[in-house]
Amino acid sequence: MNWLSDEAIARLQAAGTLPDASGTRYRIIERVGSGGMGAVYLAEDSVLARRVALKILDLPDARGELTQRLLREAHILARLEHPGIVPVHDAGTFADGRAFYAMKFVEGQRLDRLADSASRGAKSFPDRLRIFQRICDAVAFAHAHGVLHRDLKPENIMVGPFGEVLVMDWGVAKILASESASPAGVGTSPHAAPDSTAAGLAGQPSLANPVATVRTAHGAILGTLGYMSPEQLRGEIDRLDPRSDVYSLGALLQFLLDGRSPSTASTAPPDASTSTAQPSRAQSEMPPPENSAASAAPPIPPALAAIARKAMAPEPASRYTSAAELAQDVARFLDGMPVSAYPENLFRRLARLASRYRIALVLVLTYLLVRALLLFWLKR
Amino acid sequence: MKKILFGLILGGVLGAFDGMTAWFTPAVRPQIIGIIIGSSVKGLIAGILIGWFAKKVNSLPLGIAFGLVVGLLLAFLVAATQPPGQHYYFEIMLPGGLVGLIVGYATQKYGSSELAPVTRA
Repeated sequence: MNWLSDEAIARLQAAGTLPDASGTRYRIIERVGSGGMGAVYLAEDSVLARRVALKILDLPDARGELTQRLLREAHILARLEHPGIVPVHDAGTFADGRAFYAMKFVEGQRLDRLADSASRGAKSFPDRLRIFQRICDAVAFAHAHGVLHRDLKPENIMVGPFGEVLVMDWGVAKILASESASPAGVGTSPHAAPDSTAAGLAGQPSLANPVATVRTAHGAILGTLGYMSPEQLRGEIDRLDPRSDVYSLGALLQFLLDGRSPSTASTAPPDASTSTAQPSRAQSEMPPPENSAASAAPPIPPALAAIARKAMAPEPASRYTSAAELAQDVARFLDGMPVSAYPENLFRRLARLASRYRIALVLVLTYLLVRALLLFWLKR
Repeated sequence: MKKILFGLILGGVLGAFDGMTAWFTPAVRPQIIGIIIGSSVKGLIAGILIGWFAKKVNSLPLGIAFGLVVGLLLAFLVAATQPPGQHYYFEIMLPGGLVGLIVGYATQKYGSSELAPVTRA
């Protein structure tokens, strides 16, 4: 005999597994997502009467490492105030010892799902490129503040109903050394020295300064296969600079163009999507997905494919030096201007100009045709 | 380029070109210089008017329509002033209207607005 429906039982079970937020200003409503170290919940801020997203560790963290990572992420977000980066409101610890932070609840669509619908015509080609430009803007802003995202992928981008773009999940972000020394500073060097997170700093988690106490074992991979730069994939943390994120942006651009993630099937370990494992030889030697943008359908303009190729060049020196430079090339493409990644000969230049001024060209040709027809008609 | 200046240059160039096509009509070839000058002046006047309109009204369809009307009107005046029996309304007004249409489109599409750039104090 069933006294409760299956739906009611499922709802009770879900409610039973929600974290205990008693003693805080938040009332947890439901679980909306999960990640490597915790989950994201929709909650209501009882003080400000608004909905927020709470990122909470799955379990109390006895060793404190995950707590450090979570609070470090909150601190990074707190220093990156930008329309394209999800704002953090609060951070703290629940009664059961689980750390959390509160951020804006973003209502929108993940980029991977959006691109999937875009391939069916929901978003036009230029619309997708404008989304990509906004992603580049947010990443360039983070770079200017000495932060590398290191896990840029479609699942970490949210697109709001009004076209707003938010870069999420800064859990594996890296602080560049020059910025760590002056957290309030605004650095502009695109190639700052490597950070101290690889050196193995130990310490207890602290709300005061979790950034300085987080450590990442030297050589560990943090990121997502297919979107990681070759140097990140090889675990060469000391070599990482903004050009590593530029590689990931190139992979994102390719995904936006053809709706497919860069291929990793042939070389990636079967259980690795977001990996924190030591790099294997096979992984380290994984070739970059070069030319894959060009082979996709529907046909991608060669200049745009060249932009994606340049961003995903195997050697950092061959890539764009910054996300801003990459965004500028995309903007030039959208404006019908020549792009730095695609040298033009005369024929290509004429084709681009004809495409850019096609309506004016049609009008002038119409005029010439009318003139010719009039002459022909007068001479009859 | 500012819309009025852009309209002026484009109207003048297209007007001159429109006048030069008279060279292909042997009957009027002796008056080719006068035709080119007259057609250029007509293009300049149309360019100024259309450029001024583009500065005031930021609308591609309205810009095109205004250009067409101005081009047709000026061409009509030119045709009407020809000696009796040589008005050639159709032959003059059709290309004249097209020139106005092109200038109307181009000034709206490619001419820059004259708003001052916002600068920080």
